[in-house]
Amino acid sequence: MGYFSNIYHGIRTLLTGMRVTGKYFLNARKGAITQQYPDNRDTLKMFERFRGEVVMPHDENNEHSCTGCQKCELACPNGSIEIIWDRVIDPETGKKKKAIDQHIYHFGMCTQCGLCVDACPSDAIKWAQNFENSVYDRTQLTRILNKPGSKVRAGVEE
Amino acid sequence: METAVLNSTTVKKSNFKSEEYFINMGPQHPATHGVLRLLLTIDGEIIKKVEPDLGYIHRSIEKMSESNSYQQIVHLTDRLDYLSSHINNEAVCLCVENALELEVPERVKVIRTILGELTRIASHTLWWGVMGMDVGALTTYFYGFRDREMINDIFEETCGARLTMNYNIPGGLMQDIHPNFVKRVKEFIPHFRSKLPEYDRLLTGNIIFQKRTKGVGVLSREDAINFGASGPVARASGYSCDVRKYHPYSALDKVNFTEALDTAGDSFARYKVRIAEMWESLNIIEQLIDNIPEGDFKVATNAVIKLPKGDFYQKVETARGEFGVYIISTGNKNPYRVKFRSPGLSNLSLLNHIAVGGKIGDLVATMATIDIVVPDIDR
Repeated sequence: MGYFSNIYHGIRTLLTGMRVTGKYFLNARKGAITQQYPDNRDTLKMFERFRGEVVMPHDENNEHSCTGCQKCELACPNGSIEIIWDRVIDPETGKKKKAIDQHIYHFGMCTQCGLCVDACPSDAIKWAQNFENSVYDRTQLTRILNKPGSKVRAGVEE
Repeated sequence: METAVLNSTTVKKSNFKSEEYFINMGPQHPATHGVLRLLLTIDGEIIKKVEPDLGYIHRSIEKMSESNSYQQIVHLTDRLDYLSSHINNEAVCLCVENALELEVPERVKVIRTILGELTRIASHTLWWGVMGMDVGALTTYFYGFRDREMINDIFEETCGARLTMNYNIPGGLMQDIHPNFVKRVKEFIPHFRSKLPEYDRLLTGNIIFQKRTKGVGVLSREDAINFGASGPVARASGYSCDVRKYHPYSALDKVNFTEALDTAGDSFARYKVRIAEMWESLNIIEQLIDNIPEGDFKVATNAVIKLPKGDFYQKVETARGEFGVYIISTGNKNPYRVKFRSPGLSNLSLLNHIAVGGKIGDLVATMATIDIVVPDIDR
């Protein structure tokens, strides 16, 4: 190729690329995927399966469905879940029954793999969709999932 | 006085010629895509020797696997090659399923293949963006991420995470696919088909990009085989080695696709192979997305999986090449030894071979086309 045809070819390829970017420059708003994150907090909705953090839902009577079977504790690969449990006497049957004292969740160690929620037989724990997890001190990442004074819902068996 | 100071310096002068000198590239260098340290011996601008120094992100995942159950190992493989985490997960699950002689439902196989190919496209779009950025075209970075965002949304909706999915479990999938999955993938295919020619117009044809990559970092077919290269790096040198073709797994034996091959072996050839792979992945997804069979999304396994005594190997094709899982079991709930054959390490080992004689700027372009993911190399 000659000297001038080289220059012509070079400029042409650059202009071809410029045409692509120019098209988007003129239609900047069309098809934009950028989310205006801190401003769109009110409308931002995460997908329902998004794995943010593990929570234990309680109903209005302050009851959860965790029986203390410890399957989540066993399933967890990195020891993020720790269950302190005891046997208490069931007032109806008079038999001793396993019940949780504290369901401790070390969020700082959690890799959000989802094995604990998958392993839970009574759907006592599930994923919450919040993702703003910055705290000033890592001790705040250790959470006790069952609320104070809560107990297991009647009828939930292991 | 003057001579005493010179003698006390610790530099071993005898190793260097008078005009050669030594610099560090990394471990905190943006072009090394992670914490990879390259010890460069250079003569002016010409590279005389490249020595990769590893270990900055070593997490002993193979050793950790020995104390984890087989379900728990899967999520560790997310952290190897994080850009093809779904395919890594699949490899472990297939290995465990083969060892248990467990036949997973057809539905699982098809979904795994679709997600695997989506992962490949997501990885290659990210690579394409970063490749352009490494040779000085920042625009490509935004275009690549724009299209990857659609795939990430598909993953997030179905798997619950954008990067470390951990959606496969031994025996199937963690949950069934989301009702929107098929619709979203069907939207993505024509969208990406219309965007891929844009990639070509923007970067492939660009004269500066071609001058930077053509004839740079040439790898011959013999060397590709000798160094154990795999994936697009080997295929760009004319070495046909696609695991999906030669040892099909999941639903890959039911689809028609051509293996992307090139013979030039230079950086531009590796670039073209990856672009061609994106087209092929779209073809594979298109063949499968309409015919996802009905059925269960998993088969029940024991809560504690115990593999029979013996050793088991399974290889898959990730976005970077051949990924192998080798498990030695003594019949317990934990493996005796797990070895991951990662494509990145073999591909990195040939960097010294192909970069010597080139310029420092060419080294960056060569590294970009090898497509290094450092956690995959270091494990």
